[in-house]
Amino acid sequence: MAKVELDPVSGTHTTGHEWDGIKELNNPIPKWWIYVFYACVAWSVVYWIAYPAWPTLTTYTKGFLGYSSRAELRGEMLKADAEKAGWLTRFKDATPAAIAADPALRNYAQAGGAVAFKDNCAPCHQTGGAGAHGYPTLADDEWLWGGTLEEIQATIVNGVRAPGNANTRVSEMPRFGADNLLNAGQIDQVADYLAGLAEGKPADGPGKQVFAEQCAACHGAAGEGMAAVGAPALNNQLWLYGGGKAAVVAQIQAPRHGVMPAWGGRLDDTTIKQLTVYVHSLGGGK
Amino acid sequence: MTLEEEKETADASAPRRARKKAAPSLYAEHQKVQPRSVSGTFRVLKWASNLTLVPLFILGPWLRWDRGPGVPDQAIFLDMAGRRGYFLSIEIWPQEVYYLTGLLLLGAIGLFLATALLGRVWCGFTCIQTVYTDIFQFIEAVIEGDRLQRLRLDKAPWTAGKLAKKAATNAVWLLVSLIVSVSWIFYFNDAPTTARALLDGSAPLGLYGFVGLFAASTFLFAGYAREQVCIYMCPWPRFQASMFDEDSLIVTYETWRGEPRGPAKAGQSFDGRGHCVDCTMCYQVCPTGIDIRDGSQLACIGCGLCIDACNGIMEKMGLPPGLITYDSTNNQLARSKGTPTRLRLVRSRTLIYGALLAAVAAVMAFGLWTRSTLEVNVLHERSPLYVPMSDGSIRNGYTLKILNMGRAPQVYVLRVQGIEGASLSVVGYGRDGATEVDLPVPGDSVGSFRVYVSAPRKGLKGKNHDLAFVLSEKTGGLSRTHASLFAGPGGE
Repeated sequence: MAKVELDPVSGTHTTGHEWDGIKELNNPIPKWWIYVFYACVAWSVVYWIAYPAWPTLTTYTKGFLGYSSRAELRGEMLKADAEKAGWLTRFKDATPAAIAADPALRNYAQAGGAVAFKDNCAPCHQTGGAGAHGYPTLADDEWLWGGTLEEIQATIVNGVRAPGNANTRVSEMPRFGADNLLNAGQIDQVADYLAGLAEGKPADGPGKQVFAEQCAACHGAAGEGMAAVGAPALNNQLWLYGGGKAAVVAQIQAPRHGVMPAWGGRLDDTTIKQLTVYVHSLGGGK
Repeated sequence: MTLEEEKETADASAPRRARKKAAPSLYAEHQKVQPRSVSGTFRVLKWASNLTLVPLFILGPWLRWDRGPGVPDQAIFLDMAGRRGYFLSIEIWPQEVYYLTGLLLLGAIGLFLATALLGRVWCGFTCIQTVYTDIFQFIEAVIEGDRLQRLRLDKAPWTAGKLAKKAATNAVWLLVSLIVSVSWIFYFNDAPTTARALLDGSAPLGLYGFVGLFAASTFLFAGYAREQVCIYMCPWPRFQASMFDEDSLIVTYETWRGEPRGPAKAGQSFDGRGHCVDCTMCYQVCPTGIDIRDGSQLACIGCGLCIDACNGIMEKMGLPPGLITYDSTNNQLARSKGTPTRLRLVRSRTLIYGALLAAVAAVMAFGLWTRSTLEVNVLHERSPLYVPMSDGSIRNGYTLKILNMGRAPQVYVLRVQGIEGASLSVVGYGRDGATEVDLPVPGDSVGSFRVYVSAPRKGLKGKNHDLAFVLSEKTGGLSRTHASLFAGPGGE
């Protein structure tokens, strides 16, 4: 049993605890302090009874207050929906152009569109529409299928080469190499011509002739592209599948064709309108 | 009352150290400190402090300050819902919360300086806990009588008279607590309208909850917890000693002169003994119930009431005053040796605290003096960092936030500087490359704009380039420049 003694130096009793000759002085804490601790313990018991607390084998104790964080979230979401309802009716009959013209609606659409974009579009087009190899950049001013509000909306609703959608954007560039429409020499020549065209210095020569005969119908006589058939402009430095001769030759040989889902049935009209205004505001909107 | 009588009744609340010796339990029973009323210099100072600070605090939110129509007219007002802070002619937005940091710094350094000079003068005279405890003890003394009556009352059985006295004390305490509580709330809610709403029952339930919370804590801390707050809850006493040095003025007992102590009669000879007559008045008046003769200690709040008490006794005994005195340790030592004393207020410690205090005050004053009603924030778009355009130029995106902290709507002209041939477009305000764009912002609000800056690739050598946004009022003279950057592919 521990021996309590009076410490001669401090005039204080020891607690009787001793470790290697070192004794602990007893400077008692006030009793109310320990009562506060007991009150906290008692409170935790109340908490167990009032709130969900203990796991059982298949479920958990629910607590008499019936609180659940899921129900709270549902309530919060309903509240948010009610707050949004006023805005959403304003979006219902507005065209994207009308939304873009109204500063308040535009700000709301940009915020809402940004969220929808991160959820649905960013996996391919990247945050902020930065784009990636094979996935068009939405922040620049080149558009395969047109960059006006109406054209962007149509692309989002119907998709590009989306299976099962009658109105989807469709076009197909011939497999010039793989189907022997052009021989390797001609492809090489037209690739050289395209390199000059991209620099704004198209060179005369056999490549120019191949381009005029085989490519100009869709990509335009000056390589300016044609949004109606999704033919990209070739007279600039922006390349969806990479610049440089090898990448251009590969694309002429056996073209790759991107597919984008039709979002018409997946997202509601208001969300698509907000997305349209958001994408248009990323910097390249016409 | 004779000294002997006082000594007898004093045993019930013997000083802390004596109690400790007799109580080997791990938990100390709370023994109520029943301080005796006293008069003297320090008592007058304490009342002066109480009667300055409490009315200032209570009347503060009722001061009006005309700021024009549609703006709160309360002189000191922290409008949480409206996200504005008002202090006389100063109006603070949430973005300027550093002013609050400055105030806290001033408070902290001011406390250090005061402690280095005058010991725990904050604890003894100005701390909210001290002030309200003092007022509550005064109320207690008026209703229940002085120390001896109160000690007797506490020991007495519960009679109707005791119940009436205790109930009256608690009722007055509660009333004071409520006044303190609503006064605090008025600093965050317009005082006249909130007072009316609280009285006619139309205030929100949460507000009543806060009134109850603050009133309950005032009641509990000043009525019952008292010195326990100073000794066990407050962190300040734990490190205040590091601000002291031998020249700080503190409450001290002159051991060399007082010991050996012993009872005495007025007019007797004090040859061969100390001047302390062991009357215990010093701890009878102490609001934290300590014996200052044990030396400087954590529980001493430096209020100096023991000095008042001791000086009264010394006068009766025909002895010089100042056995307990407000002086520095060095002076105590000097007096014990008979060498001259000196007051050393200017020391390296106080100079450093003073310089720090002046520096923070100067920075604050400069900030307030040059405070503008226009603030600009520019956020550079990170994804994508830059976008190559079909014409070969490089474009960067920015989110521009304009804080119009004036009352009138403004049109601001935005320009960029730092990059040759850079052009601007702002979504909704002209899409073509321009060198200037007009941006309207309503009064007292934040305008948010999406800005694109394009620059020809030829001029961009590295990956990062300095770019400055210059925003100026179209009709006024205010202008702000905000440095940002322009990212490019580099390598050309």
